[in-house]
Amino acid sequence: MPEITFLEALRQGLWEEMERDERVFILGEDVGAYGGAFKVTEGFQKRFGEARVIDTPIAEAAIVGAAAGAAHMGMRPVAEMQFIDFISCAYDMLTNYVATARYRAGLSTPMVVRGPCGGYVRGGPFHSQNPEAAFLHTPGLKIVYPATVRDAKGLIKSAIRDEDPVLYLEHKWLYRRIKEQVAEGEEILTPIGQARVAREGKHLSVITYGATVWKSLEAAAQLEKEDGLSVEVIDLRSLLPMDDAAIMTTVKKTSKVLIVHEDTRTGGVAGEIAARINEQAFEWLDGPIMRVTAHDVPIPYAPTLEDFVLPQTEDIVTAARWLANY
Amino acid sequence: MSPRTVPASPDPSAPPIPVGLERWQLLELYRFLRLTRTLEERLTALYRQSKVIGGLFRSLGQEGESVASAYALERGRNKDMLSPLIRNLGSMLVMGAQPVEILRQYMAKADSPTHGRELNVHFNDLEKGYLGQISHLGDMVPVMAGIALTFKMRGERRVGLVYIGDGGTSTGAFHEGLNFAAVQRLPLVVIGEYNGYAYSTPPEKQFAVKDLAEKAKGYGVPAVTVDGNDVLAVYAATKHAADRARQGKGVHFIEVKTFRRKGHAEHDDQHYVSKEEIERWATTNDPIDRFVATLLDFGWAEPAELSRVDQQVKDEVDQATDACADEPLPSPETALPGVYADPPAAERLWYRSVSDA
Repeated sequence: MPEITFLEALRQGLWEEMERDERVFILGEDVGAYGGAFKVTEGFQKRFGEARVIDTPIAEAAIVGAAAGAAHMGMRPVAEMQFIDFISCAYDMLTNYVATARYRAGLSTPMVVRGPCGGYVRGGPFHSQNPEAAFLHTPGLKIVYPATVRDAKGLIKSAIRDEDPVLYLEHKWLYRRIKEQVAEGEEILTPIGQARVAREGKHLSVITYGATVWKSLEAAAQLEKEDGLSVEVIDLRSLLPMDDAAIMTTVKKTSKVLIVHEDTRTGGVAGEIAARINEQAFEWLDGPIMRVTAHDVPIPYAPTLEDFVLPQTEDIVTAARWLANY
Repeated sequence: MSPRTVPASPDPSAPPIPVGLERWQLLELYRFLRLTRTLEERLTALYRQSKVIGGLFRSLGQEGESVASAYALERGRNKDMLSPLIRNLGSMLVMGAQPVEILRQYMAKADSPTHGRELNVHFNDLEKGYLGQISHLGDMVPVMAGIALTFKMRGERRVGLVYIGDGGTSTGAFHEGLNFAAVQRLPLVVIGEYNGYAYSTPPEKQFAVKDLAEKAKGYGVPAVTVDGNDVLAVYAATKHAADRARQGKGVHFIEVKTFRRKGHAEHDDQHYVSKEEIERWATTNDPIDRFVATLLDFGWAEPAELSRVDQQVKDEVDQATDACADEPLPSPETALPGVYADPPAAERLWYRSVSDA
């Protein structure tokens, strides 16, 4: 079985869906001749033509708006944000137009907006963001955030086939860092809305998603070795809808919860998860629900600064130890 | 109205009708103009009776450009498609929206096209060819560009048309959408409505160019400025633009100069506009009066024919009002379904499920 990267898995998923369904097309900045800033769509224009792999002006509202119009007409557009930081330029279009379309007007808008997110890569304030919290608050959107090679492929395919608009967040730190064996031609469809147990454990649960799944796994291995702690790691995979059942299952199993995300703290996804646990599994808790997140500052450029601001494996180890001893 | 029900010109000496229109079409144009105004007058009455629940937006004085531009499109199941703004009721009626649908929307009835979820003319029928706007001006330009892109990708000879107000041309979405459509040479007609006011703000506080057409030219889009209250001129300009788009020649921008004779909405007393100016437009430049004068002066219609249309329209609006005025509002529970295809409904919150006991 060939070993492929996260990026290659995403690419394969896109490619397979383009081959399978002629309604699928890609639009975005530099996605065509250049193949995308990270080469996710390299070779696509050659194979599928300029009509299905469209280089657009630098205009995120137009990209998302045009995708929505095409989706109403039965197409399956995949809009790329060159860096997900620029999705804020299409915030109005996504939250006001796209997200409300089915509810307010019965319009079907099956489309995907995807793009590289996240830090740990010295990208500075505008090439490191995690925008999920800004959209979690918007009924009508779905948000997926794969952490593994299989899910990179399985979630892009499910997102393209979904009847509703899906934001697909792909962490650029994972693009070429993680590899996994995937059988050629294997149809992978990761269900949207289902979390995954990334590591079984019994003393404490870490609930996380994206790049920090890997940092949490690293922390869990260290804690087992050094402290004899058995840490369960839950990879949410989908943030909207969120898998409440999986969250409550792990809470009831370990009774101690650490929520880890790379995004900044205030108003972040962790707050929502904590509220749900409080409402649905309060009596199962043996300690406070704690958070490991980025500090509440824009993401800085210098390695010393970025490493300080973003959550690191050591932070997770420290927080988990504190919680385990509570 | 159809070729069969309207006989040839009653006046054998009448000059030929321009831009390929036939006499029955002139009468149909008149019917849509009259229907727009009569329906809005009915809505005003219902608004004063508090039966219209939200704001009421009139197109008084600019019905001509809405009706004429839509009339220049190919209409019918899965033909051309337009996206109207709040003052384009006329264009929706031309595309086949029914007065009873408009009345139900304004009155938030359960059986309205959006089942009480959206206001006024914010609804769509993609088969008939209209896509309702959202309140964020400019957004429909990129969306309609996407629809026109689909026509192009599928090799369908269909055209999209989108309206934008003078104030709306200040938005980023308008510029992004127009530029995208221009670069892609999409079959899209953009109607820029210069009606003198964006809510209360006049054009000179909105942009530093004289004509909206200048903005379009900046994107390499051919643009014309026409008298928006001249029904046949707007029809001719739109027909030309739509034909051109259908032939694969790309976007075309038509600026229509007109005047908003009412406030932004019914609550707005328009104190920022001089009464004389409103009066001048009402008495000398009303699009329906001008169209009627043209029809009669050239011998293309007789007064009795127009009176008959007036009566038919009044009856139609009466019947539509009677049919829906007493209908119920949507039941509260219907607020939850339909945010997504899956899950099918939002969850009812726990405190709405706890019994009082």
